[in-house]
Amino acid sequence: MQFLLMGIGAVLINNIILTRFLGICPLLGVSKSNSSAFGMSLAVIFVVTMSAILSYSLYMYVLVPLKIEYLRLVSFILIIASFVQFVEMFLKRFVPALYKSLGIYLPLITTNCVVLAVSLDVVATDGGVPVYNFLNMVGYAFFTGVGYAVILILFSFIQERLINNKNMPKTFQGSGIALVTIGLLVMAFLGFAGMI
Amino acid sequence: MKKRKIFIDGIFANNAAFMLFLGICPALATTSSFMSALGMGIAVLATLILTNVVISAIRRWVPNEIRIPVLIVIIATTVTIIEMLMQAYMFDLSQTLGVYLSLIVVNCIILGRAEAFAMKNNVLDSLIDAVGTGIGFMLGLLALAFAREFLGTGGIAFTSLLTGQPIWGFQIIPDNYTIGLFQESSGAFIMFGLIVALINFVVAKISENKKKKEAAAKAAAKLAAEGGK
Repeated sequence: MQFLLMGIGAVLINNIILTRFLGICPLLGVSKSNSSAFGMSLAVIFVVTMSAILSYSLYMYVLVPLKIEYLRLVSFILIIASFVQFVEMFLKRFVPALYKSLGIYLPLITTNCVVLAVSLDVVATDGGVPVYNFLNMVGYAFFTGVGYAVILILFSFIQERLINNKNMPKTFQGSGIALVTIGLLVMAFLGFAGMI
Repeated sequence: MKKRKIFIDGIFANNAAFMLFLGICPALATTSSFMSALGMGIAVLATLILTNVVISAIRRWVPNEIRIPVLIVIIATTVTIIEMLMQAYMFDLSQTLGVYLSLIVVNCIILGRAEAFAMKNNVLDSLIDAVGTGIGFMLGLLALAFAREFLGTGGIAFTSLLTGQPIWGFQIIPDNYTIGLFQESSGAFIMFGLIVALINFVVAKISENKKKKEAAAKAAAKLAAEGGK
């Protein structure tokens, strides 16, 4: 039950794109076709969850005991970059089919702010006490990734219509109308506020 | 002349936020008030200057295969330093910017300029490029923040960056007629889209005028040539 609420919260109410503006560059770039949006979504869910687990473990069991918490930014970004590189090599060697469909999106994920933001979120403390325990942290990271995927796929369907629209004013073509559309999407999702 | 071009291009033709669509996340998140946009702009400018200069200075000793990890570590270290400085001297501002301050690490502008410019050019040119790009990004943030705060609250409130105390402010639109939407997240997207459309419009008008002028000049030259015969 707790995880269900957490999922609804992360996907519909506190969606990371719509309320915190994270990961918009891929949203504008990748979402122009459905198939690449699906590929990117899967890659993001996987990388966000795994890198949150790695960063959380590193922070709690290495950085805090050694009292070097201020190194978290450097260490997290290194973990994320090397993890993405590792996944890329692993998939290339053992699951070539999946590598072919995800391949080009994996390197892009390193600079997706969602991944680093979630890693920083899960080690947040409230008055010296960590906010998330291990299980909650995994749930939070996973559902945040799912929330990102939902918007990415939803928006890719809208984008296809927008690109094919011949009546679009010239000045709004491309990113202009895409941004206004995301704004309207945010307003629509405001309707879910207060559900929990 | 070349140095001037690097500087001007960074501000206008290659404006990070509105022309290249880099670093949009902080541009949307920190522009609900004018002063937080200014703080974010300064943080990005400082990071950009430090990373560009350092990377350009050591570019000869960085092996090509591992340049990305090297760049990322330099950038992350710089951002950590700036974050700590801000927490020490501008505490209120660092609380307002919150996680977006740390997220400068993955801001595509920083890595983009390091990879595309600082790795290939000398220290002085890299410094000029960093200042130009940083100021261009800051101006973009300020334009967006100005439009959002002005329409959302009816005026602009200036506060001290160091202490967070209000300095001076004005309000032109009465409270009953402000559009609160532009302070919300949906308004951020819509305003950004509108500004992008406005810039597209202006750019299209300028190039149209240029074409017209060229055509007129050509016609005049042709007429003159025929008259000469």
